Amino acid sequence: MIALLLILVPLLSGIAAFFLKKENAAKGWALLSSFATVTVSILGLTILNKTELLQFKCSWLPGLGSSFSIQLDGMGQILCLLTAISFPLIFIATWQRSYKNAHNFFALMLLSQAGLMGVFLAMDALLFYFFWELALIPVYFLSSIWGAERRIAATFKFFIYTFVGSLLMLVGLIYLQSLTPDRSFDIKAFYSIAIDSKTQNWIFWLMFIAFAIKIPVFPFHSWQPDAYEQSPTAVTMVLSGIMVKMGLFAVIRWLLPVLPSASYAYGEEMISMWVIVGMIYASLLAWRQDDMKRLIAYSSIAHLGLMVVAIFSESEIGMQGVMLQMFNHGINILGLWVVVEILERKYGTRKLSELGGLAQKAPAMAILFVVVALANIALPLTNAFVGEFMMFTGIFTSPVSAYEMITVPAAGLTIIIGAVYTLRMVQKVIYGNTNALTETGTDIGYNEKLVLGIIVILILIVGVYPQPFLDLTKETTDFILDKAILPSLKK
Amino acid sequence: MNALIISAIMGVLMMFSGILLKQKSTIRGLALTGLLVTIILNVMEIYGFHLFKINATGMMSFDRFSLFFNTIAMACTFVFFLLSAKEMEKVGVNYSDYFALIFFILAGIILSSSFSSLLILFLGIEIISIPLYILTGSDKRNLKSNEASLKYFLLGSFSTGLMLMGITLVYGSSGSFAIDAITNPGTKPDVLLIAGLLLLMFSMAFKVSAAPFHFWTPDVYDGAPTVFTSFMATIVKAAVFIAFIRLFYHAFGEIHSTWKFIIAVITALTLFIGNITAVFQQSVKRMLAYSSIAQAGFMLMAVLALNSIGSEGILLYTTAYCLSTIGLFAILVKMKDYTFEGFNGFAKHQPLLAGVAVIFLLSLAGIPLTAGFLAKFYMINAVINSGGFLWLVILAVLMAAISVYYYFRVIQAMYFKEGEAQVIEASTSFKWVISLVAALVILLGVFPQLLFSWFYF
Repeated sequence: MIALLLILVPLLSGIAAFFLKKENAAKGWALLSSFATVTVSILGLTILNKTELLQFKCSWLPGLGSSFSIQLDGMGQILCLLTAISFPLIFIATWQRSYKNAHNFFALMLLSQAGLMGVFLAMDALLFYFFWELALIPVYFLSSIWGAERRIAATFKFFIYTFVGSLLMLVGLIYLQSLTPDRSFDIKAFYSIAIDSKTQNWIFWLMFIAFAIKIPVFPFHSWQPDAYEQSPTAVTMVLSGIMVKMGLFAVIRWLLPVLPSASYAYGEEMISMWVIVGMIYASLLAWRQDDMKRLIAYSSIAHLGLMVVAIFSESEIGMQGVMLQMFNHGINILGLWVVVEILERKYGTRKLSELGGLAQKAPAMAILFVVVALANIALPLTNAFVGEFMMFTGIFTSPVSAYEMITVPAAGLTIIIGAVYTLRMVQKVIYGNTNALTETGTDIGYNEKLVLGIIVILILIVGVYPQPFLDLTKETTDFILDKAILPSLKK
Repeated sequence: MNALIISAIMGVLMMFSGILLKQKSTIRGLALTGLLVTIILNVMEIYGFHLFKINATGMMSFDRFSLFFNTIAMACTFVFFLLSAKEMEKVGVNYSDYFALIFFILAGIILSSSFSSLLILFLGIEIISIPLYILTGSDKRNLKSNEASLKYFLLGSFSTGLMLMGITLVYGSSGSFAIDAITNPGTKPDVLLIAGLLLLMFSMAFKVSAAPFHFWTPDVYDGAPTVFTSFMATIVKAAVFIAFIRLFYHAFGEIHSTWKFIIAVITALTLFIGNITAVFQQSVKRMLAYSSIAQAGFMLMAVLALNSIGSEGILLYTTAYCLSTIGLFAILVKMKDYTFEGFNGFAKHQPLLAGVAVIFLLSLAGIPLTAGFLAKFYMINAVINSGGFLWLVILAVLMAAISVYYYFRVIQAMYFKEGEAQVIEASTSFKWVISLVAALVILLGVFPQLLFSWFYF
């Protein structure tokens, strides 16, 4: 029931929002709906945390071997919680912004939330594919209608990129289905098929390209900075905070356990190496950016790359680190986008070269911004430290990798560059002298303080006491790794 | 059998109605009622009610598949009448004749979906084609329409010649016109049979506008009056596909391995040429002509796979494709400017029509939650389950991704670009019908069993 509600609440309220003609009514309705989703998600974590409530199954396309089967496992809990928390924060942070045809905007936002929830909940491959696309379509329209100058080309590139990937994934999924004994799309059937390694190899690429585009992994990343830059900030938050997690999530749930030998064959050497190259490349690019949106976009490529490496290291602590870090990254990047949104609204620019000296004019924002920025660097006491520490430990102690002496230092380099570009951004925005533009600056309002405050509290809580999250993901991790690590490699 | 005879009678009736009935709305009413009666009688035949007791064994067999397809084809024609019958008035003065020709085509469709002898196949295809030549040229003061008609006629006759030759060769090899008696299991097919098969395949490929036999399509579809393009690009094409599958399943199914590679090459070429050329079009009408070639490529995958998933899938595919394309054409007819720029700012002036157009376009592109996605899904599934031809599947999905480019150009023009799209006002009933068609496209995309449960009942 909880699982079903997580999809139904945003879906139905999204459809209803199309019919609210007044802007404020639509805003209020969207906020109300997102609070309802948070409540459902938290109830599912606490008092209603019972197996029978967390899953739902009914017949859907019996002729095709597919059923409407959803379930909330540990990893799903974390990502659904992230999706649930993000939306009210996004709505509050962008409260002042007014949109043309606001009812359509908020309706599409809620629909994309429903799609995202579905991706994290689906336990049936065809259903998973449905939601995968369902999350994409509203975002395409959101960015194309309400985006910036070059929005049409940028979002179209984004759409074509991901659509090519997902079609290849569809071929992979159908092929896998044809290998199951009873022609079923059920995830359990997928987990139980034994595929020879040659077949695994090419199915792996069909599916991995789809996920790599979504994450995005270098060299499939070129849609990302453009899409982030051209989308309205509320949509960029959804894209970078939650949507990119779809790719990581899918690798963990649909790739590693289904195609273990190919994941081992390509994952820990080839993919890890090229991801690390991409991480360093993205970090260097982030260093040279002047536009804050593009800077954060490139920094995101580096952070997500580390998660990919940690996933393919197939160690328990690394995998748990990834699941925790997916949540953390979503929260932290949301914080950064909120700051960008504030700056853009107040000063009309996102360029580092045109800002400066805001610590004097907006002290509250400066303090909160610095905490979020420190979390982006993964300083101890912040959430990202826990996640990245676990991931590095995982890569270092990987049961499958033989190159940890190369991967760990190389990936560690990106952390250092990460500190460089993040601190450079902080310095250019809030320190130094005020200029003509920032001279008249004022501090942030209550709603922005509230959002950034919540984000900072989450950063610190998870940074100090991550244990509840680790308890949550333990079972999923063990299950996945049990399937993923080849018997010959088990210690 | 019910529908075949009634639609032929309706054709004759409509022909004379032009003399007897002066009101155009009465003619339209008669056509709609006649078609509705035909549909009802056809459905009753599925449940075992025969209006005429005619023994056609050996010539035709009305099995479930063909009856079901006939229902789909006639229902789509009904939708087509509801949406576009008024537009036919603008084509020329012979209003009732257009209906008569369409009823004759329906009779041809029924013949070619139910044949069990090659003679009936030939008859069916010809009864479809000849009225189409006339409809293409029906805008007789328009040079383009004349040119299209002549071109279509010449090339069409050529392909008919090929088909006759193929039938002759097959008869020479097997000594029978009955499609079940053409190949003997166990014996090796001789050269005559293979040659006949190839000629039949090429002529059918011509009729469904598969590459490299597609060259007539863009000009004919572009030149013909838009209302009739809508009809021939959808229902007629679907019917010829059903004939294609029926012929190759029953007549040549046992020697599937000898010809499937050729079909695979034709499929690949069709997908490639259709999609790539559609990208470069400036007119939405011409883009839809190329898109119909591209969609034919996907439908050919059912001929290639030749299994039960494929034949189930082709029913869904034709339904999804016909509904979406008829809907799109119905909107296109109302536009003053057929170029992509002509759609700029359309969403602002006609939010409802733009919304349903998006649903149709998404369905043609194969985005989930629309019937078009499941249709493509069935085709891919059919080929994968038949074993082999993975390269073709991967090519097909890449081409589907390309198709997004030109379908989304219309969406971009309608929603994201500023402009003054010139639209002829649409009536409320038109809006209702087209919204219902869009709802049906989504419904079939979520619950395709609605179609199939009825098929298997």
